Order: sequence, then C-alpha cells, then structure tokens
Amino acid sequence: MSGILVVIEDRAGGIARISWEALAAGQQLAAQLRLPVSAADIGAETKSLATEVAAHPLAKVVCVEHPLLAHYTADGFTLALEQLIRAESPAYIVFPHTYQVRDYAPALAARFGQSLIGDVVAIDDGPVFMRQLMQGRLNGIYRHTGNGPCFLSVQAGAFRAESVAEQLDSGSRSSHGTASVAPCSYQGMTSVVPKMPLNEDGALAPEETASSLTAVSIFTPTLDPDRIRTRPGEPFRGGTQTVDLGSAQRIVSVGRGIKDAANIPLVQELATALGAELAASRPICDSGWLPIERQVGSSGHTVSPKLYLAVGISGAIQHLVGMKGSQCVVAINKDSDAPIFEVADYGIVGDLFEVVPALIAAVKAAKR
Amino acid sequence: MKIVVAIKQVPERDAQVRIDAAGKWIEASDLHFALNEPDAYALEEALQLKEKHGGEVVVLSAGPERVATTLREALAKGADRAIYIACDDLGSRDALSVARLLAAAIRPENPDLVLTGLQSEDLGLGQTGVIIAELLGLPHATLILHVEKTETGFTVKRELEEGWFQTIDLPTPALLTIQSGGNKLRYATLMGIKRAKAKEVLTVTAAELAVDAVPVVVLEQVTLPRKQKSTQILSGTAKEAAAALVEKLIVEAHVL
Repeated sequence: MSGILVVIEDRAGGIARISWEALAAGQQLAAQLRLPVSAADIGAETKSLATEVAAHPLAKVVCVEHPLLAHYTADGFTLALEQLIRAESPAYIVFPHTYQVRDYAPALAARFGQSLIGDVVAIDDGPVFMRQLMQGRLNGIYRHTGNGPCFLSVQAGAFRAESVAEQLDSGSRSSHGTASVAPCSYQGMTSVVPKMPLNEDGALAPEETASSLTAVSIFTPTLDPDRIRTRPGEPFRGGTQTVDLGSAQRIVSVGRGIKDAANIPLVQELATALGAELAASRPICDSGWLPIERQVGSSGHTVSPKLYLAVGISGAIQHLVGMKGSQCVVAINKDSDAPIFEVADYGIVGDLFEVVPALIAAVKAAKR
Repeated sequence: MKIVVAIKQVPERDAQVRIDAAGKWIEASDLHFALNEPDAYALEEALQLKEKHGGEVVVLSAGPERVATTLREALAKGADRAIYIACDDLGSRDALSVARLLAAAIRPENPDLVLTGLQSEDLGLGQTGVIIAELLGLPHATLILHVEKTETGFTVKRELEEGWFQTIDLPTPALLTIQSGGNKLRYATLMGIKRAKAKEVLTVTAAELAVDAVPVVVLEQVTLPRKQKSTQILSGTAKEAAAALVEKLIVEAHVL
C-alpha cells in the first residue's frame, strides 16, 4: 500500500491522547506526501478501539488480533507488527512515543534493517523529523535514508490531537513547523467531517451523529507461544499515596540545583509561604531526598496547577512532559540556557540560594 | 553469572554546549566527558548481582580514545575487565549501526545477562539496548529498577508510566535496560582505582568487528530550540527580582 500506518496504543481499554497525536502526525505526513493513512490496533480484542478510530476518515483500520496479544509483550507485539508490515508494506510507520513503544519499536525497526526516529516533535518538508538532543538544549533534524520503511514515534504533546478531525476539512493549515498542509483528497473525502470534541480524559469522543467512515479489517498474525519469552505481571502502584499533586493549585518543584538533601527545607519553606505542594524532578527522588510520590514527569505525575515554580530544574524533556500544561510557569535557575526557560512565563536567572530566601521574604511581605 | 554492561561516555551534565561549525553536532573541544548516568545505574546493578551470586562483570564501550577514561572508572568501581571498541565515527552512526558494533563485541562473550542504561544523556535515543537484544536474539525488558535472579532466569521490576510498575519474568540469557534510581551509586575507592590499573582492557576496532557503517537514518543538522513561550526574565539583585516576581504573579498572572 506504501502509505502511512499509525499504530494506536490501548490504554486501559481506551485510546490515550498521545495515540490521537500520533494519528495527527500521520495525517500531517500524509498531507505533505499525498499518501493514505491507515491505523492499526493490537490486542486480543480490539474492536471497540477500532470502531472509535474508524469514526475518522482513514484509508483503513486494521485490528491485529490474537489471544497471545492480550497482554503486552515485546516479543508478541514485534512479531505481530512485523507480519502486518510485511503484508501491507507501508512506507512510514508512526507510533506514539510511550514506554511501551520504546520497549519494542527499536527491535521491530531493526528487524527491517531500519532505525527508529524516536520522540519526534515536528515534521518538516522532506520529510525531515525534529527531535531533541542534549536533554532539550538542542534540536536535531533527522532524515531517513534507508531502503525500507521509515519508523518514527512522536512525543506527547507535540502534535494536536484535535486536528485528527479537523485536518480533512481544512484546505491549508500551518501547523508546527510546516509551511502549509496540502488539501487531503486522496480518498475523494473532502466533505465536512464531524468535529470530534475531547472528553474529560483528553480522548476524542465521537459525536452521536458520527458514523463509521472507515472500513475495519482483521489481521490475525501467526504467533507461537514458545516465541514469547517474557512473562509480564499485572501492573501495580508503588507505595501509598499521601499527596495529591494532580489536584494541587500551586506547586513548588525542586531539581538537582538544590545540591544536597540538607537544603530541601529551604524550598519547603517557599512552598509553605506560597500555600503550595512540594514536588521534585526525578534525580531528587532517585537520591531519596523526597519520596517518589512527589515526582513530576513522564515517570511520575502529570500536573497542571495554576502556578508551577521550578527551582533548580534544568527542564529535561522527561520533566517537561509532566508539567507543561501548567497555567503559569516560573523558573529559577543559574543557567540562562536551561530548557526550563523555554516553557517558563517568568524567569529569574541566578543562584537559587540567594533567590529563594528573597522570594520567601517577598511572598511573606506581600501577604501582610 | 557473566554480565556485560554496555556504557557510554557523554558530555558532562550542565556543560555549556555550542553547535559546531558544520552545524552537525556540538563542539567537542569545549567539553568534559563523564559516564552516562543511567549507565552508572546499569553498572551498579551488575556489581550488586556479582556480589550476591558471583561471576564476572565486563564493561563495554565504543568511541574515540577518551572513552578509555570512562572504562577505567568502571573498572575502579569493581568491573573485572573491559572491552573498548575504537571508533572515531560514532557520531555519524545511527542507533542500529552502534548497536551492531556493541552486539558484535558481546556475541563471543556469551554472557548470561547484558545490561545498559535506558538512554544516553546526549542523544537520548533509548534504543541501543533493545536493538542489541534483537541482534543477539535475547529476550529483553526496559526501564528496570530491580533485578532478582531466579532458578531459570530473572524476575525484574519494570517501571510503567505515571507511577505504575509491573514484574516481568525472563529466561537466561537476557538483556535489560536499567532505569536510574533503583540503587544507590557507589564511588570508586582508592584501592579500586589502584586495582583498575592492572585490569585487562581488550581493544577491538570497528573494522575488526566488520560492521557496516552506512546509516539508514542521518542527523543532518543541529539547531537551537525555538522558544515555546516568551519568558519575562526578571533581572536585578535577588531581592529586586523576587519582589518583581511576586508583583507579576499577583497583578499579571493572578495566581497568588
């Protein structure tokens, strides 16, 4: 088919926002290259997911179904997708950049003699793919030069999930680094597509009037239980939860810049003065200076408070994905090039051991 | 138990990076280099497994001559010997090509376990371990915080997103990529540094490993990030900046 195949990830029986973002990236690529977009769901029973995806106008939706795919295993998913890709020969395979995709997509790409372009934040004409380097301090522009399919995964929040529904009824649209998106009429479907509002979970909720626009087919891979070598256990939560960062209105978050566990009370004092919860970036929790339940980022909590005040946090992408939805971001850092300033509304470049005590005094003064 | 740990030397954290004249990578002459932190956790896991179960820890790294320092540091922390892949074109190789180099050096070792850090701090691809597993035909698991040896293999604790975990059972031999934070890192002791001098470092070249360097993915250009928001930088003394910030948060942002 030589088109674009987007792999949708099942998240607790639903479709997480990042999968819609991958679909949006696939559509952007499709508009640039004038190629059809298909989607694939993988699992033991994927019809409800497929129906949700098929409410959007795509070339087709494929259910990759097998009882051995009920639980994710790298072996099972790699084998199943390898067979689908050999059968369909897409030119591009687009994944959401999730922990699960990171676990198997590099092996899948290697099986085709290819190298995954992971964590893509923008697609430009070429196509070339932008991803971050040096913990977000630089961007790299990558091009696929291999003979064979191009594998890429897209970073959370980099593409607009909402554009999945909008894309086909817009003539030209400037989006994230693209000059313009050509009209998308490869299926003769330039008619108005129903708007798909986002529900509370950020997933696209089809309106009642939305009918299935796309044909759904089933692909049954040949899987031998002996070739699935790992045995996954049920997911569990670590430890007890005593703090609810997700609903906090204000958060003071601390990173490596604090240097020593003995300095944590300083930021705690700032948090108390602001009526904020104290949170941290991963290295602080790794060092045991604050409990892991206070960690913000891809491996911790995703937060969206009114005020997020980052103290001594450089702003590696793993941290930014957990807090970039905050209404107002303040960064205090000695390095003016720290990536945290790229997402900050207000910044103070300076030594946190001078700035934080001054800030505590200023907050207390303002309260009086 | 024989464990191979693949480690990478990366620019020191917080290094001021400049894009090089060709716009293809960063100016290396400015920089100091260190062991990639996730790889330090992989090495720590290997050393603890050896302390519990006996065996041998072999560290492996590819790159220019300066990589020898990082290998020596791993030996000083307690690794038994090192394999150094001399290779000056690491930067122009894609993830597949680098993994092929490492896999070719691991293959004759026949290890029971291969460990890597989950990703590097410079390129951040997070793929090398998974591709090595694919090339060597090993079962693998990523983002591992804890490794327990069992009768037939390993039971590992894997980190999932948003504070969830799961355990995974794998047979031996296997490959794991290690997440940071699972263990406390050790420092090299004076005795360790002294002993490291006598330990074996086997040097092989990329040419000897007969790995094709033709890339399938090319890093064409390195650029500075675009700003996502226009940041108001509050200047002056700490006291002035703090007062200005509180004022802005109350009057402009309405968050206090």
